[in-house]
Amino acid sequence: MDRVIEVSHLYKSYETAAGPFSVLKDVNLIIEKGDYVAIMGPSGSGKSTFMNILGCLDSPTSGDYFLDGYDVAHLGGNALAQLRNKTIGFVFQGFNLLARSSLLDNVALPLVYSGQDKRIRHEKAKQVLTKVGLAQYFNSRPNQISGGQQQRVAIARALVNSPTLILADEPTGNLDSKTSEEIMTLFDDLNKEGITVILVTHENDIAAHAKRQIRFLDGKVIEDSSRAEPAMVEEIV
Amino acid sequence: MFAAMLGEAWHAMGANRLRTFLTMLGMMIGVGAVVLMMAIGEGAQQSIKRSISSMGSNLFIVLSGPPNAGAARSATGNAATLNVRDADAISELDVVSSVAPVSMGNAQIIYSGNNWNTSIIGTTPSYFQVRDWSISEGYIFSDSDIRSATRVALIGKTVVENLFGDEIDPVGKTIRIKQSPFVIVGVLDRKGQSLDGRDQDDTIIVPLTTAQRKLFGNQVPGSVRQILVQAESDKVMTQAEEGINNLLRQRHNVREGSDNDFSVRNLTAIANTAAETTRTMSLLLGAIASISLLVGGIGIMNIMLVSVTERTREIGIRMAIGARERDILLQFLLEALMISIVGCLIGVLIGIGGAMFVKTFFGTDAVVSTQSISLAFIVAASVGVFFGFYPARKAAKLNPIEALRYQ
Repeated sequence: MDRVIEVSHLYKSYETAAGPFSVLKDVNLIIEKGDYVAIMGPSGSGKSTFMNILGCLDSPTSGDYFLDGYDVAHLGGNALAQLRNKTIGFVFQGFNLLARSSLLDNVALPLVYSGQDKRIRHEKAKQVLTKVGLAQYFNSRPNQISGGQQQRVAIARALVNSPTLILADEPTGNLDSKTSEEIMTLFDDLNKEGITVILVTHENDIAAHAKRQIRFLDGKVIEDSSRAEPAMVEEIV
Repeated sequence: MFAAMLGEAWHAMGANRLRTFLTMLGMMIGVGAVVLMMAIGEGAQQSIKRSISSMGSNLFIVLSGPPNAGAARSATGNAATLNVRDADAISELDVVSSVAPVSMGNAQIIYSGNNWNTSIIGTTPSYFQVRDWSISEGYIFSDSDIRSATRVALIGKTVVENLFGDEIDPVGKTIRIKQSPFVIVGVLDRKGQSLDGRDQDDTIIVPLTTAQRKLFGNQVPGSVRQILVQAESDKVMTQAEEGINNLLRQRHNVREGSDNDFSVRNLTAIANTAAETTRTMSLLLGAIASISLLVGGIGIMNIMLVSVTERTREIGIRMAIGARERDILLQFLLEALMISIVGCLIGVLIGIGGAMFVKTFFGTDAVVSTQSISLAFIVAASVGVFFGFYPARKAAKLNPIEALRYQ
């Protein structure tokens, strides 16, 4: 069984004026390839910090984190940037598109940082934009399309470098329920294609799309329900 | 990837056009000023070089009268202490190649109804060799003209223009100098301005003896106001100067410890000093102008810092999707560089335009050299990199999580 993510005895604490403040306390988690996980929990539970560490944007104070076989806790800045570029696709609550660039350029941006040439960049970007249903908007700017469409662009951008893992932080937080449902369907489809998806959300109906729900409270995993049996995952892959 | 970043830098520049333009303005003015100032300096240097080469090379001028005659100073060249025999003696010196005694003054000249006041130079044929001057028409008078004091004249271009106009060929015509008729035997080549700004073409050259006997009526027969001496090479200049001094002191019976009754000036040295001064001046002008480049650079740094702050979120996004520190660094550095280089390009155009303006409206020579343009580019690029580096590094060192959270 391929393990995409393996976290053991993970701690994270911040230095504050009042002394060290622990955000994550001994988190252990294994996520397998093709899994569909929803991370839930109230504000301050540590789920965002955990996401940042999973996304190689932050490093743990102690403990181990293996992503796709890489020992992330002990990698340097450039190696982390490459992991983010090639292995992870980010989807944010606020879409986080570059307002000045066309949708095509937005989607192609990760390929710039992996050093692809222009022809390949545009080809792949068109391919994924078409996949998320925005074939007619290649040259539009983000402010010319709706929020749901913007989130599709962000998903296209996350997909363009064929990542093993998609990390979505409250992907439907800024969307109405109908659009949210459409976006979630898109995630469901991607997962069916074998891409590992991890969502952070605090809405139960969104979390229900995932096969597995993990609940955080006070820096600890308090609940981990697996819907899909490992055998089923294998079947899908 | 570099091409993609260049494209992005270009877009970023276009995103806030007014701000980019204002930032560039500093560079534009700075580079324009440097190019213009260097053009003016270069123009001055070239005109000095022309004057020097028009003067003749390895040249001394021996003037009659003491260099500083006590409290009451008469202008040098007034007292009649030099004569033709001094010139002959100087020409015997080893290191001297040519000598030309000169007697000069101003006179009114007339040709049919036209009048012109010009300077008359009375000299020998060797004058043309010493001054490295040739004629464009006719012939130079000869030593036999000196012996028999014939009334022949060589005429400068300015005099031709004022006395004859464009239509008439002056050679063979007779003009009147101080009422005496002179036949024009040749026209002098154009020389241009001398170092002190005189028009060297506004002159008439006649045989020395003719000038002495028929035009200026010397009190002392054979006396001349100055003797031009050409040394054999630039290496023997000091030796020649010493030789002339010793010879003339001896001939004029100047006692040990007394002042000379003549003065020797090394014209080539004076000219070189003038050239050196102009060079220093133009360097100084360039240096002052380049201070504005520095100010322009600070402007770029300022705006880049604002830009980094404004685009914190963008930087966060780029980092999240895989930009390395050096990608971000390069991106902002390229932007700063592009602003300064484009500003520099426009500045060069402004400088060239300014030089043309100065040339047409002030008549000052202003020559834009490729050297000054390449210098401006190098300086602009260094300013871009130097002042762009700090903001770019600040951007590259941002924490991606905080950058993403930035509103």
